[in-house]
Amino acid sequence: MDDGAAVAGVEAVFREEHGRLLATLVHGFGDLDLAEEVAADAVEAALLHWPREGVPRRPGAWLLTTARRKAVDRLRRDRAYAARLALLRADAERADPAPPPTPGDDDIPDERLRLFFACCHPALPMEARTALTLRCLGGMDTPQVARLFMVPTATMAQRIVRAKRKIREARIPFRVPAADELADRLPGVLHVLYLVFTEGYAAGTGAALQRLDLADEAIRLTRILLRLLPDEREVAGLLALMLLVDARRDARVDAEGALVLLDDQDRGRWDGDRIEEGRTLVVRALTGGPPGPYGVQAAIAALHVEAADVATTDWPQIVALYDVLDRLAPSPAVALNRAVAVAMRDGPAAGLALLDDLRDEPRLQGRHLLPAARADLLRRLGRTEEAAAEYRAALAHVDNGVEREFLARRLAALGGDGLDGTGRAERRGDRAGDQ
Amino acid sequence: MKYMLLIYSTEPGQAPDPAVLAPMMKAYEDFTKAVHDAGVWLAGDALQGRASATSVRVDDAGARLVTDGPYAETREVLGGYYLLDVPDLDAALDWAARCPGSQNGGTIEVRPIREFAAS
Repeated sequence: MDDGAAVAGVEAVFREEHGRLLATLVHGFGDLDLAEEVAADAVEAALLHWPREGVPRRPGAWLLTTARRKAVDRLRRDRAYAARLALLRADAERADPAPPPTPGDDDIPDERLRLFFACCHPALPMEARTALTLRCLGGMDTPQVARLFMVPTATMAQRIVRAKRKIREARIPFRVPAADELADRLPGVLHVLYLVFTEGYAAGTGAALQRLDLADEAIRLTRILLRLLPDEREVAGLLALMLLVDARRDARVDAEGALVLLDDQDRGRWDGDRIEEGRTLVVRALTGGPPGPYGVQAAIAALHVEAADVATTDWPQIVALYDVLDRLAPSPAVALNRAVAVAMRDGPAAGLALLDDLRDEPRLQGRHLLPAARADLLRRLGRTEEAAAEYRAALAHVDNGVEREFLARRLAALGGDGLDGTGRAERRGDRAGDQ
Repeated sequence: MKYMLLIYSTEPGQAPDPAVLAPMMKAYEDFTKAVHDAGVWLAGDALQGRASATSVRVDDAGARLVTDGPYAETREVLGGYYLLDVPDLDAALDWAARCPGSQNGGTIEVRPIREFAAS
C-alpha cells in the first residue's frame, strides 16, 4: 500500500470513527478533555503505524484500544487528575446506575447519543452547541468549524474552550435522557442539527448562497441520530426535510452562481434519490402518532417536489399544512410562508393582506424577509412603485450576496416589464385555486 | 456535586393575600420535604425582603461604606436559596424546575459550588 492512499484511508476511517471513539472514551473516563486528547494521540499513532502495517481489520477497535492505553498512561502520570476523575465516576454511577447498553455495529457499544445530548445541552449557548456538535460528533477540528461559520479560528477556539469549561464546571452530564425526559430534550438536539443545515442551505452572510459542506454534515449527523433513535418520528421528519430541501440544491443557483427561484428551477436537476428517500421518511414521520413540526415541514417540502411545476403544486394542501404547523410551532417565519402560500392559492392580494398583519412583528424587524415577500406580491399586483420601495427596504437588510443580487435584479426589472410579471402570476394563481 | 439554587422573584409591593400566600407556603414545605426525602438537601433559607437589606463595601483606605438597600436595584430580587448535593447539572435543573421559586414568574439561577482541590 502506498503512503498517500494509506493516509487518505486513515483520514476517511477517522472521520467515520471519531464520533464513536470520542463518545466511548467520554463514557469511559467522564471527561471530554482527556477523551479528546487521547483520541488525537490514537489517530497520531494510526498515522504512524497504518501506512507501514496496513489498516487493521477493525480500525475502530484498534483506535479505542490505543486511546485507552494512552489514557491509562496519562492518568498514571497525573495522580491528582486521576483522583478527580474517580470522584466524577462515582457521582456518574450514582446518577445513572445501570446505563442501558446501546447496541453498536460490532462489539463496541455506540455511546454517541450521550455525546449528542451533552453537546446540544440547553445550558450551553446556541453557537457553542453547533460548534461542539460538529467538533465532537462530526470529527472536525476547530479551524474547520471556524471556516464553516466564517469566524476567525481564535474566536471559535475561545467559544469551544468556554463551552467545555462549562461542561466541566457545571458538570453537564454525558447521559441519554430517560424516556419521560426525551420529549423535552430531543427538540433541542434536532434544533442544533437544523441550524447547522440551514446555515449551510442559506448562508447568512458571505458571497456563496449555499455552503454545501455544512448541509452535508447536518444530513450525515441526522442519519446517525436516526440510526440511534429509530422510533423517534421527528428525527425521521428532520432528515426528510433536509433531504427534500437539499435535493433542489443544484437547481437553486445558475451557472453564474445567481439565485434561481422555485418557479424557474430546472426540475430535471433535482436529485431523484434524495427525493425518494425523503418521501419514504415523510411517511415514517407522519405515521403512528400526531405530527411534529419537522414532519409537517417535510410534508410541505414533499408537496413542492412532487408537483411538475409551480402551477400544478397543491397549494391548498400546503396552506392546510402551514395551518397545522402554525398550531404546533407558531413563529413569524411560519406566518410569512403561510401568507406566501395563500397568495399562490387565492392570488397575491389575499397574501398581501396576511403580510400586513406581520408589519409590527418585532422578530421580523431589521430583516429582508418581510419586505422581499411584500415586494414580490406587489410586483405581481402591478403596484410597481410600492414594489420598488419594498425591494429597496429588503436590500437595506439582506446580508447574503447572492440574495442581494437577486433582489437588485428584480428591482431593476421593475423599470420595464412589471406588468408582464403581473399577468403571469395572476393566471397561475387562478389555476392553482381551481384545483 | 453541590449546587446552589438561587431563587429570584419580583417582591410584592404589599403583604400578599393569605389566599395566595398559604398555597405558596405549602408548595415550599412540600418541596423542602422532597429534597430532604431524596437525601440531597444540605441547606436552604428564605431571606427577608429587600427593605431589610444593607450593603457594605470597604474602600482601598480601609474605610467601611455602609448603604441601605440591596447590592443591585433590580426588579427581581434574591429571595432565598437551596444548597443541594446531586450528581450533575441535569439533576440540579430537575430540582430547580420542581421548586416553587421557578414557577409563577420566578426564576432560579443554578450555580455549581466551586470545590477547591484539598482532597
